[in-house]
Amino acid sequence: MTAPLSAAAVAVVCVVTLGLSLFALRFTRRTSDFYVAGRTVSAGRNAAAIGGEYLSAASFLGVAGLIYDQGVDALWYPIGYTVGYLVLLILVAAPLRRSGAYTLPDFAEGRLGSRPLRHLCTVLVVLIGWLYLVPQFQGAGFTLRLVTGAPGWVGGFVVVVVVVLAVAAGGMRSITLVQAVQYWLKLTALAVPAGMILGAWWASQGPAPVVAEAWAQPFTGRAPDEHHLYRTFSLIVGLALGTTGLPHVVVRYYTNPDGLAARRTTVRVLALLGLFYVFTIVYGVLGRAYLPVLGEGQRADTVVLRLPDVVFGAPGSEVLTAALVGGAFAAFMSTSSGLAVAVTGVLNQDLVRPLLARVTHGDHSEVSGFRFATVVAVVVPYAVSRFFPEVPLAAFVTLAFVIAASTFFPLLALGVWWPRLSVQGAAAGLATGAVLAIGALVATGLIGQDRGWAAALLAHPAAWTVPTALLTAVGVSLATPHGIPAGARRTLVRLHTPEEVVVARRAEGSGTGAVRHPV
Amino acid sequence: MDGPAPRHTQRVRVTASRRSASTARRLPVASALAEQTGVGELYLQGLLRAQLRLTAAVTAAVAAMLAGIPLLFALVPATRELHVGPLPLPWVVLGVLIYPAIVAMAAFFARRTEQTERRFAAFVTEAEKEER
Repeated sequence: MTAPLSAAAVAVVCVVTLGLSLFALRFTRRTSDFYVAGRTVSAGRNAAAIGGEYLSAASFLGVAGLIYDQGVDALWYPIGYTVGYLVLLILVAAPLRRSGAYTLPDFAEGRLGSRPLRHLCTVLVVLIGWLYLVPQFQGAGFTLRLVTGAPGWVGGFVVVVVVVLAVAAGGMRSITLVQAVQYWLKLTALAVPAGMILGAWWASQGPAPVVAEAWAQPFTGRAPDEHHLYRTFSLIVGLALGTTGLPHVVVRYYTNPDGLAARRTTVRVLALLGLFYVFTIVYGVLGRAYLPVLGEGQRADTVVLRLPDVVFGAPGSEVLTAALVGGAFAAFMSTSSGLAVAVTGVLNQDLVRPLLARVTHGDHSEVSGFRFATVVAVVVPYAVSRFFPEVPLAAFVTLAFVIAASTFFPLLALGVWWPRLSVQGAAAGLATGAVLAIGALVATGLIGQDRGWAAALLAHPAAWTVPTALLTAVGVSLATPHGIPAGARRTLVRLHTPEEVVVARRAEGSGTGAVRHPV
Repeated sequence: MDGPAPRHTQRVRVTASRRSASTARRLPVASALAEQTGVGELYLQGLLRAQLRLTAAVTAAVAAMLAGIPLLFALVPATRELHVGPLPLPWVVLGVLIYPAIVAMAAFFARRTEQTERRFAAFVTEAEKEER
């Protein structure tokens, strides 16, 4: 297809990512810089960074692919991805920031004061993070294969190398800068070709989309016994509530300076996400006009990358394809690095650091542990991605959303609003949600059938796993009042007290307490 | 602090002055919040309840939107075929219009909850001044 230019675009994105990381490395001083950018990132840049991190392979390629494939019913995917941030804003954004923890396990331990619970959260964070990383590597693999003919393992390997170097070198501070740049890179790479394709289609009175009624009209694409309405509802529940529990999303909130900024950032994020997703529709719809049928073995996820070539022909389309490939790689890298930081953070704190301390008797540097954890965090899902069967990208990440919604959403929502949550209740909720969600998704893979209630419930389990996990947490908490941590109410006070009050207190307190130099 | 200023040629150990001992009594409301006295409990319950009410209201609005649109298309098939100009209504609503609606809800929530917090902060500061 367009090998040299596209390969150059991938190289440019890699170099920019690494260059920015090394540039930002000069400002990385303390451990907290590594994890959360020293918590001093402005709302505008943080919003772009959140958007840049969140818009993954599933958004850049997968959403258009699903719209191409399923039509109007697939529009719920980007809506769900976006609404997730609205739910996050309403329920937990400011209190989460005020909790002052670095990661989800930190939040669990800080709120409930239990080491075993912390370890349970660590396992889930790593599981969800890895599950989300696999489709990123697969997307990189088939993208590079499509445009340059490279073997499938190369694309993912390029992403692995760049992410490990960027994260291990710069940590979170550099990642924040890189992500913010990558949002605008991705938006431009998607929007400019979309505008040109749309313009060309309009000007040349291009072909009308060749579609069936099932594609164009909602709820007409499936047989009645597939329970389409339930599937849609459950999908929305899973995506809307899952965002709150995604590890890389939560870590991002600790880089806001305070709860107020966390909220304002989120409002901007919603605008940035909506803007992005509107452009993906162009590819899905015009894909139907110009590519009525895909060849044998060609994934719908590649529609975005194929479209310029079909519309403009060989010489003119190369630049646009290269831009899209660059944008796609920006998507793979930004999401992968965000996930890598999140998974690395918990791996390092809960596994690598204690292990290193035991082996070297405390004679190791903090940063080398972080770097070692980064390699583990990225290489394992890369290995898995080589063996895992290829599923549509947007459907694949939905699995991670469903598990996050069934486990961390109840923990965060109850942890922030309900003082009577007990350690046992939280643990029971996490375990129930994890077992049910993972069990249902595995069962779907084994059954491989579409008809009937059982198939619908197992394929889209969020609508029943999330309430079950919530009720389990509440029920067990009520039954074990002795498990409520001693300072629960005080912790809730801190989560909901505006910073102005806290700051005013601290200023007064230290103002009278500090010694003024007798000059 | 009168008299000639001492020269600082040596390092000086800095310790807290005795004045800090009286700080706690000066800020009864803020410290009551943290120390869970009856008064603090009351203030905080007010704040929590106000925030929870707002959260519940906006959550209900979001849920109504997300449940209402699919229900409408599923139960009233005629709505699937409506058009806005040349464009089909379901695509316009789900593809474009829903995003500004989401942003508007978020902005509304952020503004209202900031107001609640500002009122609370002002109230606490006010109460502190009166106590002094």
